[in-house]
Amino acid sequence: MSEAAPIAVAMSGGVDSSVVAGLLHRQGNRVVGLTMQLWNQRRLPELAPEEGVTGRCCSLDDVYDARFVASVIGIPYYVVNFEERFEQQVVKPFVEDYLAGRTPIPCTLCNNFIKFDQFLEMADGVGADKIATGHYARLGFDDKTGRYQMRTSVDAGKDQTYFLFGLTQEQLARTLFPLGGMVKTQVRDLAKELRLPVAEKHDSQEICFVPNGDYAAFIDAYFKEQGLDPAATQGEIVDSEGKHLGRHSGAHHFTVGQRRGLRIAAGEPLYVIATEPSSQRVIVGRNEQLMRSSLFAREVNWLSIAPPAEPRRARVKIRNKHVAAEATLQPTSNPIRVEVRFDQPQRAVTPGQAAVFYDGDLVLGGGWIE
Amino acid sequence: MIAALREVYGNPSSTHSQGQAARQRLEAARRTIAEALGASSAEFVFTSGGTESNNLAILGILRALAGKPRHAITTAIEHPSVLECFRQLEREAFEVSYLPPDRHGMIDPGAVANALQPQTALVSVMHANNEVGTVQRVAAIAALVRECRAAGQEIYLHSDGVQALGKVGLDLDVLGVDLYSVSAHKIYAPKGVGGLYVRKGTPLHGIQLGGRHERERRAGTENVPGAIAFARAVELCSADEPIRCSTLRDRFEERILAIEGVERNGPLAGRLPNTSNLLFHGISGEALLIALDMQGMAVSTGSACSSGSIEPSHVLLAMGRTVDEARSSIRFSFGRYNSAEEIDRLAEVVIACAGRLRKAKAREVQLV
Repeated sequence: MSEAAPIAVAMSGGVDSSVVAGLLHRQGNRVVGLTMQLWNQRRLPELAPEEGVTGRCCSLDDVYDARFVASVIGIPYYVVNFEERFEQQVVKPFVEDYLAGRTPIPCTLCNNFIKFDQFLEMADGVGADKIATGHYARLGFDDKTGRYQMRTSVDAGKDQTYFLFGLTQEQLARTLFPLGGMVKTQVRDLAKELRLPVAEKHDSQEICFVPNGDYAAFIDAYFKEQGLDPAATQGEIVDSEGKHLGRHSGAHHFTVGQRRGLRIAAGEPLYVIATEPSSQRVIVGRNEQLMRSSLFAREVNWLSIAPPAEPRRARVKIRNKHVAAEATLQPTSNPIRVEVRFDQPQRAVTPGQAAVFYDGDLVLGGGWIE
Repeated sequence: MIAALREVYGNPSSTHSQGQAARQRLEAARRTIAEALGASSAEFVFTSGGTESNNLAILGILRALAGKPRHAITTAIEHPSVLECFRQLEREAFEVSYLPPDRHGMIDPGAVANALQPQTALVSVMHANNEVGTVQRVAAIAALVRECRAAGQEIYLHSDGVQALGKVGLDLDVLGVDLYSVSAHKIYAPKGVGGLYVRKGTPLHGIQLGGRHERERRAGTENVPGAIAFARAVELCSADEPIRCSTLRDRFEERILAIEGVERNGPLAGRLPNTSNLLFHGISGEALLIALDMQGMAVSTGSACSSGSIEPSHVLLAMGRTVDEARSSIRFSFGRYNSAEEIDRLAEVVIACAGRLRKAKAREVQLV
């Protein structure tokens, strides 16, 4: 075959990935559009959204949009079904994490195990060397170290590097993020310029398979579908001395730092300090009890730099919307476990979330908070 | 058909001469098709296609028998346009038995006999399966149904013949069914026309409301150009084509089955001449489908769901394949316009694509 290898674009039916496909095609590349069918939105009927709610991934409307966009651009387009893998590698761990007292990030799991793994394999199938997605992040190659590097998006409000810390060098070598150097308004302008029918479409929600962001309702519904009783997750609310303060309707309704939904009358505001899976207890306390000056990150992946042997200064994000805090990364005897020592104590360090390390706009790496 | 679109514009239900001309052409088409099926004109109802024929047969006969019998028998490997009718009937407090096939996709007539109950009103077994090509022993099942009827039971047999038309010798009188669905586009006529054979004396209520077309069995103005094209397509079916087609298919299968990790789904014999359903162990059927399509070769896996993504085939699962095996299976269909050269080229490309996918898979596994 003399033709150049095509680029496989992951198309969700949203503005961002549509622009990626349109842009790469305009630049003269051979482009194939693929939509990953990840979750059947009709599967848990009690979560059925009200009429008119759109913009969730894998809804039929989004697939129609993606197909329509591909036909407008004039590229081949396919839908690929990853539903079983998505359930095994994203949904189940998501539910289990909550039950284990952690607050998971399904988007990172999806990136690690679906979008930059199964999807790459699918790209191989169509003979595509490279894949492209609408993520807001920048990629480059450092000649000195011979490593691919990731930098934060030019649009700080849209930056998605927090969810991408788990990618390997092999994955980065085959990935394009054409939107990393743009701000959202530019992307929307491009969508209009390319006459894409989704130019005015709303941005999607945070967790694609959870309607309205109500993950607790999702877990309850999923439990019932699996023949489990959501009521079995109920338990006691106690203070840090173990004193009984009330009852809760399931630990998965709570995340560290949360104040809402505790329904306890107390003299001062109370926050969730931790959830204890073994006893199903939710431990609450005062705001200052949420402050931590260090954390351990496990399964650390070094993205843009080789694993450092010495302590290293970095700015560390412990939640997507967290303002990165100055810290020292302290290696431990385990090469993929790092201690993060903050200069200033940080509020609500939450097990299951990621700690992602930055040096300026460079994404050094990250791991899961223990 | 293009001439028919221009010249036969009258509504066959109209009294004026243009309408009468259209009526004549419609009835001539009906006669041609009915004769080819071994039926009489009055026994053939035009529909919009296979899905409507199946809906009309199943829902129509059970409405005609309203209230009396409460049980039906079908198979787990039917087309969705059959299965969904029965699921609807279940919601209406009807009891339905879904018979599983053996590992080749064959329904045992003995299993039908065991499932029959005194209140069974309908048996629906497809003539040939669309995914793996297994041809069912419909005549043997018809004999069972006739026995029940001889004993005074009000019971009917429907068969979905959409895939069988033009590919297996067909005489509905000999086959012994009461209702038989066909679709024109399976024999190269345009999409949007089909028909239902309704044996004389079989009660059937129309399921769409409106005028008294098609002997009150199917309301709505007939698709006259479609019917004319359907009849012409029936005339163009050649008795030699199935043999030519199966020769090509066997030539293809021989080459593909020679590579490691490939198995056939469905039987070697007793299968439609045009169907080859192959399991490529360790390969995503979707990826192979896309790779082939990119090279201009259209194949399919299971049946496409509404989003265009592919569900693991309910037929292969019913035959005992695992979800992974079903996802690794591809259906190749051959037709009148395929040549031996095309088949050889297809085999080459399939072998190359499968090899590339296996290599890609090995690389991913290494990375993990």
